[in-house]
Amino acid sequence: MSTIEERVKKIVIEQLGVKEDEVTANASFVDDLGADSLDTVELVMALEEEFETEIPDEEAEKITTVQQAVDYIKAHTKD
Amino acid sequence: MSKILQGEIALVTGASRGIGAAIADELAAMGATVIGTATSENGAKAIGERLAANGGHGRVLNVTDGAAVEALVDAIGKEFGAVSILVNNAGITRDQLLMRMKEEDWQAIIDTNLTSVYRTSKAVMRGMMKARKGRIISIASVIGLTGNPGQANYAAAKAGIIAFSKSLAREIGTRGITVNVVAPGFIDTDMTRALPEESRQALLGQIALGRLGEASDIAKAVGFLASPAAAYITGETLHVNGGMYMP
Repeated sequence: MSTIEERVKKIVIEQLGVKEDEVTANASFVDDLGADSLDTVELVMALEEEFETEIPDEEAEKITTVQQAVDYIKAHTKD
Repeated sequence: MSKILQGEIALVTGASRGIGAAIADELAAMGATVIGTATSENGAKAIGERLAANGGHGRVLNVTDGAAVEALVDAIGKEFGAVSILVNNAGITRDQLLMRMKEEDWQAIIDTNLTSVYRTSKAVMRGMMKARKGRIISIASVIGLTGNPGQANYAAAKAGIIAFSKSLAREIGTRGITVNVVAPGFIDTDMTRALPEESRQALLGQIALGRLGEASDIAKAVGFLASPAAAYITGETLHVNGGMYMP
C-alpha cells in the first residue's frame, strides 16, 4: 500500500500533467505547477475519489500546496 | 441510420411528448443509450416503452428538485455509465401580461426552465470532466431572442439559457465538453396548439418558409450537435425557426 504522500503526488502528476520531481511538498498548485482554477477543482475531485472523502468548498480553497493536501487527507481519513 | 452515437449515454429531460420525445427518439436511433425523463410514473413508463426497441429507458424526474436530479444522474452512472450527452429540454409556460403576472408565475418559469439547466448541467459535470468529453445541449426558444408579449418570464428564462451556455462553454471547453443551444421557432406541439388562432396566423405570416416546424426538425439539429460532426461548435445557438428570426 502506498503512503498518502505517494498517492497524493500521483494524483497531482496525473491531473496537472507535471513531472514527478516538480511535485515537491511545498509546491503550489497554481504558482509552481501551473494549475488554473478548473484544474484545482478537478484536483480536489480526484482527491475526493481516491480517498473516498468529501472536501467542503471552504476547506478545498485552503488546499493550495501538495503538503496542505496531504495534511488535509491525513486529518480527515481513517487510514 | 449509422449508429454514430453508439456507446454514448444521453439524458433527455421532458421526453414524454413534443420536442423532447422527438429528441429522445432521434438520439436513440443514432445509437445512444437514451434515458428520457417525465414528471409522472405513467409518462416515464410510456417513454420506456417507446424507446425500448432502441434500448432506451424512461425515468421520473422533477427538474426543480435538485436532490432528485443528482440522484438520477448518480443512478444512471451506476446502471448505464456516466451521462455523456445532456439535453435540457424540460420546460413549461405560464403566459401572462406582466401587469397581471404573479410572482409565482415568474418564479415557476425561472425554476423549471432555467434553474433546472443549472442543476442538470452541474450534476453531469463530474462525469464529463473525468471522461474529457461531453455534450450539453439546451433547448431555448426564438422568444428568448425576440421577446413576446405575455411571455416576459419565458423569454427571460430562455435568454438566460443562452447566456448560461456561453459561460459554461468557456469554462469547460478545455475538457472537451461542448455546450450549445437550439432555439426552436414556432413548432407544432401541444404547447403551440394552445395558442389562439389569431396569434397563430400572425406568427405564420412571419415565417419565411410559411409553415410551422416539426418536432423532428429540432431533434435533427440536436442530433447534429450531439454528433462528432459538431465537435468544433461550442457556445453556439442554432436557430431552427424556418426563417422566422434571423439574428
